Amino acid sequence: MSIFLTENSKVIVQGITGSEGRKHTQRMLASGTAVVGGVNPSKAGQTVDFDGTSVPVFGSVADAMKETGADVTVVFVPPKFAKGAVVEAVDAGIGLCVVITEGIPVKDSTEFWAYAQGKSTRIIGPNCPGLISPGRSNAGIIPANITQAGKIGLVSKSGTLTYQMMYELRDIGFSTAIGIGGDPVIGTTHIDALQAFQDDPETEAIVMIGEIGGDAEERAAEFIKEHVTKPVVGYVAGFTAPEGKTMGHAGAIVSGSAGTAQAKKEALEAAGVKVGKTPSETARLMREIVGA
Amino acid sequence: MDLFEYQARDMFAAHGVPVLPGGVAETPEQAEAIARDIAGQVVVKAQVKVGGRGKAGGVKLADSPEEAKARATDILGLDIKGHVTRKVMVAQASDIAEEYYFSYLLDRSNRTFLAMASVEGGMEIEEIAVSKPEALARIPVDATVGVDRAKAEEIVDAAKFPAEVRDQVIEIAIKLWEVFSEEDATLVEVNPLAKAPDGTVLALDGKVTLDENAGFRQAGHDALEDVAAADPLEAAAKEKDLNYVKLDGEVGIIGNGAGLVMSTLDVVAYAGEEFGGVRPANFLDIGGGASAQVMADGLGIILSDPAVKSVFVNVFGGITACDAVANGIVSALSMLGDEATKPLVVRLDGNNVDEGRRILAEAAHPLVTVVDTMDGAARRAAELAAA
Repeated sequence: MSIFLTENSKVIVQGITGSEGRKHTQRMLASGTAVVGGVNPSKAGQTVDFDGTSVPVFGSVADAMKETGADVTVVFVPPKFAKGAVVEAVDAGIGLCVVITEGIPVKDSTEFWAYAQGKSTRIIGPNCPGLISPGRSNAGIIPANITQAGKIGLVSKSGTLTYQMMYELRDIGFSTAIGIGGDPVIGTTHIDALQAFQDDPETEAIVMIGEIGGDAEERAAEFIKEHVTKPVVGYVAGFTAPEGKTMGHAGAIVSGSAGTAQAKKEALEAAGVKVGKTPSETARLMREIVGA
Repeated sequence: MDLFEYQARDMFAAHGVPVLPGGVAETPEQAEAIARDIAGQVVVKAQVKVGGRGKAGGVKLADSPEEAKARATDILGLDIKGHVTRKVMVAQASDIAEEYYFSYLLDRSNRTFLAMASVEGGMEIEEIAVSKPEALARIPVDATVGVDRAKAEEIVDAAKFPAEVRDQVIEIAIKLWEVFSEEDATLVEVNPLAKAPDGTVLALDGKVTLDENAGFRQAGHDALEDVAAADPLEAAAKEKDLNYVKLDGEVGIIGNGAGLVMSTLDVVAYAGEEFGGVRPANFLDIGGGASAQVMADGLGIILSDPAVKSVFVNVFGGITACDAVANGIVSALSMLGDEATKPLVVRLDGNNVDEGRRILAEAAHPLVTVVDTMDGAARRAAELAAA
């Protein structure tokens, strides 16, 4: 098992004809993902070729779903068009919409998140690397060759820290690694992923990576205390970040006393989560737990 | 991006929110001229993006244009909590009968917008929230609907605005939403929203934060940026599209990915505790691609920082594998030539790491030390900075 993404997932790419969309479709295919189509309203009926695999382009998400049975879409369209792309995916009723696009105005992401409430689409991102269930499927830009399938679940706000942690624990392997993104408003949260890992029989232990800004980690800590019985190891980045300066991610900013790394670490520890001081120490803590 | 008070005021005025007459001055003479136009008593206010300017002597009344000039002379150049005052706003002085509070903001915890309003204005909203939480109305605003008249009425009535100002405040609430929504703001705050003795309600002071991601559809926002106050290194980095933040330490940092770079700063600060409190000198995320040119641009900025004593290049080879990153470092150093003068500690991990390390070993650049682990490399960089 894995969460949100399995070997049966059929993936389409919104923005498949753009340079990022094309590059990462190639990588997704190479890692064995069933990419069954792309969407571009002005190029419907064409195909895009990837080393012998020919991927059909459809005019809309709804058409692509009807023709291919797709249940996952990965969005690479530019910020200007991203809200429209997500709304289209939600209207089509696709199960999972992974928004890779970076730099979407927060007004647009707040609007599309509100629009998706009560409907059947799970949104991951925006400004995220997507998710991978190693050996099964890869929806987004996470390098597929870092690690193999295994028993650790990972949820992270940061892309490269996700890769780093997958690499440190590559011999044990991962059920699913999911990058939820560093924007102020995101679809799937730490809590959503924790719940799914808790329910996934294949996941034995969970790594949760957070960073400064907002209160998502504090909320996740509360959730862990109440609902998660599997061992959780945590890491929080941004102890040295000064107040009022945005650290790369639009959401990574400490304002006033809220959102500090120290507060997040303390909240997680109070919930029984072992928090590593560095990524390698975090990996060591996980090794102690899974006995590898 | 946070705006100055005068920029917020101009933005309010452009959207029909009532404000007092006034203008912004960079010299005492300009302040005098504005005061002469306004006629009567004026207030001269330091334009700094930090609270507590009144206590710091940054807000003064003046009864004549000459006095406005003198007060502007006092205030211009004043250092308020590390912010140098480069501009003053000169505005008509107003007697205040009552002070209220009104704001719209992004409520990231609940992934929605939020209106907050109180008839207990004048103090910091954090104080109101703590000392009198019942006096602060908090009304969520559905992002897909926004603030129409009915919503504005709901907010104003929840905050229990007095009947004699209710209609005015409802109008203001609608117009402030226009500012929030049309300008892609993440915060629009009016404090105080004041009732003058004649019963008119006015926005006397305002804070606006704009979403930089919306730049592509907000053509005018670039001009609002405070170029004068920007750190020169940050300005140089911005010109090269680098995601750089200047910090106050000695170890220059380059990495790929915001989270990994934040983590690198932390690991260097921990390691630095052993070496007399050495700290990171900057945040610099060169992104997933990490081409030779970007690496050279980044190294160029960091090496031009006189505070930097050593540099830690911390890259995880994901999409761009380690061999490409290593080649990038080697060509960046050759592009920089004699400009590269400080020791570099490089840690590479991830895809094709062996090949990446081999390339660096073969190049054998005298300034470069390769350390296998992030913790070990941070320690070495801190040690070199302390030497």
